[in-house]
Amino acid sequence: MKINVFVTPKKNVLDPQGAAVGHALESLGFPALRSARVGKLIELDVGADDTAEFRAQLDRVCRDLLSNPVIEDYRYEIPKS
Amino acid sequence: MGGAGMKIAVLQFPGSNCDQDAFQLFGGGLGLPTRYVWHKDTSLGETDLVVVPGGFSYGDYLRCGAIARFSPIMRAVQAYADRGGLVFGICNGFQILCEAGLLPGALIRNASLEFRCLTCALRVEDSTPSFNPRVLGPVIHIPIAHGEGNYRIDEAGRARLEANRQVLLRYVDNPNGALADIAGVRNERGNVFGMMPHPERAAERFHPSQDGLAVARAVLATRFPGLLRQTA
Repeated sequence: MKINVFVTPKKNVLDPQGAAVGHALESLGFPALRSARVGKLIELDVGADDTAEFRAQLDRVCRDLLSNPVIEDYRYEIPKS
Repeated sequence: MGGAGMKIAVLQFPGSNCDQDAFQLFGGGLGLPTRYVWHKDTSLGETDLVVVPGGFSYGDYLRCGAIARFSPIMRAVQAYADRGGLVFGICNGFQILCEAGLLPGALIRNASLEFRCLTCALRVEDSTPSFNPRVLGPVIHIPIAHGEGNYRIDEAGRARLEANRQVLLRYVDNPNGALADIAGVRNERGNVFGMMPHPERAAERFHPSQDGLAVARAVLATRFPGLLRQTA
């Protein structure tokens, strides 16, 4: 089972990397940019079934390790294969 | 208690690079029995202060301090802090303690996106009976060297920090965009300390200042107040 975990800076947290990327986009003439935010994509390949217990474990590692809830949000997608 | 014979433990992670300087600060500068504790150890042994040194533990992968926080030794550090033991995190050590939840807040990329390496003037806050301007003086000078020292905490957390006087140090001239110029904080209980500036790089005659010695003493004096009288 493939899982994509997306970790992004919280909306109200300053994102210096996103700001720098935004400035670069503007300098390339990219039109009408409102904002740019930089996060991470973590691709997992797991040999487990998608059960409620597994989802609970996945949420736990997303909270404890893959993201820092003080500054980041996470969400994940489990693409239909 | 004069604090003589206080035992210091300096943690070592793969990628720690200020461990020897921290060892020299406590073992050399303050002349206290100091030893290293490897990240794979599960016990701290007998110690009066655990120093979590600076560097790039685990290559700063994922987030600074995120992987180190799950090292075997950190379980012992957590239990030690829960019992009221003194813990002092410097730079990457500060990041590790924030990731571990032993200190509030988090450290993100410097607002300038630059790695900043310079000696900073720091305003000393009135935080504890041993960590305050009367002991340390109103302003001290200590070098920083980091790319991710931009302290962040939500509004409620910031209000708690201020109400409990948990801010230890503030930058006079903010080098990294840190919220409210915060350079170092302690936990509410007052036994866990963290700061981005490097006191171990402000201790020897060839360093830009020797203010780091007083900072190390102020942290230790939390538990051993006699240390301050001794050196006054």
